[in-house]
Amino acid sequence: MSQPGVRHPHPGVDSVGEGGYWLASTVIHALANPTRFLKLARPLTPILFWAGVMLALFGAWGGLTQTPADYLQKESVRILYIHVPAAWLGMAGWSGVAFASLGYLIWRHPLASIAARAIAPAGAVFAALCLLTGAIWGRPTWGTWWEWDGRLTSMLLLFFVYIAYIALARADSDRGGDGRVPALFGVAGSVLLPIVRYSVVWWNTLHQGQSIGLTSSSIDSSMLWPLFFTIGGFTLLFAGVVLMRMRALLATQKVEARMRRMAAG
Amino acid sequence: MNHWAFVSAAYAVTLLGTGGLAAWAWLSMRRAEAAADSLRRGK
Repeated sequence: MSQPGVRHPHPGVDSVGEGGYWLASTVIHALANPTRFLKLARPLTPILFWAGVMLALFGAWGGLTQTPADYLQKESVRILYIHVPAAWLGMAGWSGVAFASLGYLIWRHPLASIAARAIAPAGAVFAALCLLTGAIWGRPTWGTWWEWDGRLTSMLLLFFVYIAYIALARADSDRGGDGRVPALFGVAGSVLLPIVRYSVVWWNTLHQGQSIGLTSSSIDSSMLWPLFFTIGGFTLLFAGVVLMRMRALLATQKVEARMRRMAAG
Repeated sequence: MNHWAFVSAAYAVTLLGTGGLAAWAWLSMRRAEAAADSLRRGK
């Protein structure tokens, strides 16, 4: 690996790659310092959480009272304003678990392992909310609570993967493991993400295709705007909850380490 | 079919799920940080 300030003998792709690696490594290590993290996390936790609650409530109010009903789905279209953020966070949560697990496997920093373990329960709750709100929406719209459709089945699998990760991480922690097995599982589980994402393209079954892209949407703007507030709000709330879990896990680790020291000394 | 019953049920489930998650996360954080603080002060 290149050292900062050392001139690379053959500047090119390798030096740029190594420089990028060094920069990413430095930034991650700086942010991964537990003391620095806690100094940042303590004031950020209530700010993220309450800003998220406010935005989500405003979006829900807009979706329930300020938008027109859909000509086909009628009033049940309003479930979209909570179902889409839940689906997004169910998938984004696992991306977070996978990135944190990869960070732990590469840099062996314990804070990365704690981040993965903190994200998992929140991601599991939002994956479950996605499945539940989808089933409630499906009954009046499709005439059924559940169908073994590509999107629904892959999302259910993602929920089970979350549960398996939580059980594995707890078992590893209880038997004093080094966290490598849950981290490997966290990375391996990310294979489900493209399956969930492209299930509506690969299998043309009951769930409709993508309605919102990065640059365009098939939903009229008069019905779309509250969705941005609920997506933003639930994302901030999710981040606040993850910080709470990280702080709890760090404090628990601190207590356990001190108890071990007291028992040994 | 009354669509509002389904809308209400979906919003109630979401409120319960996110509220329960936030309450559990906050309580476990408070409890763990209080235990760490009391141990640090040597109580």
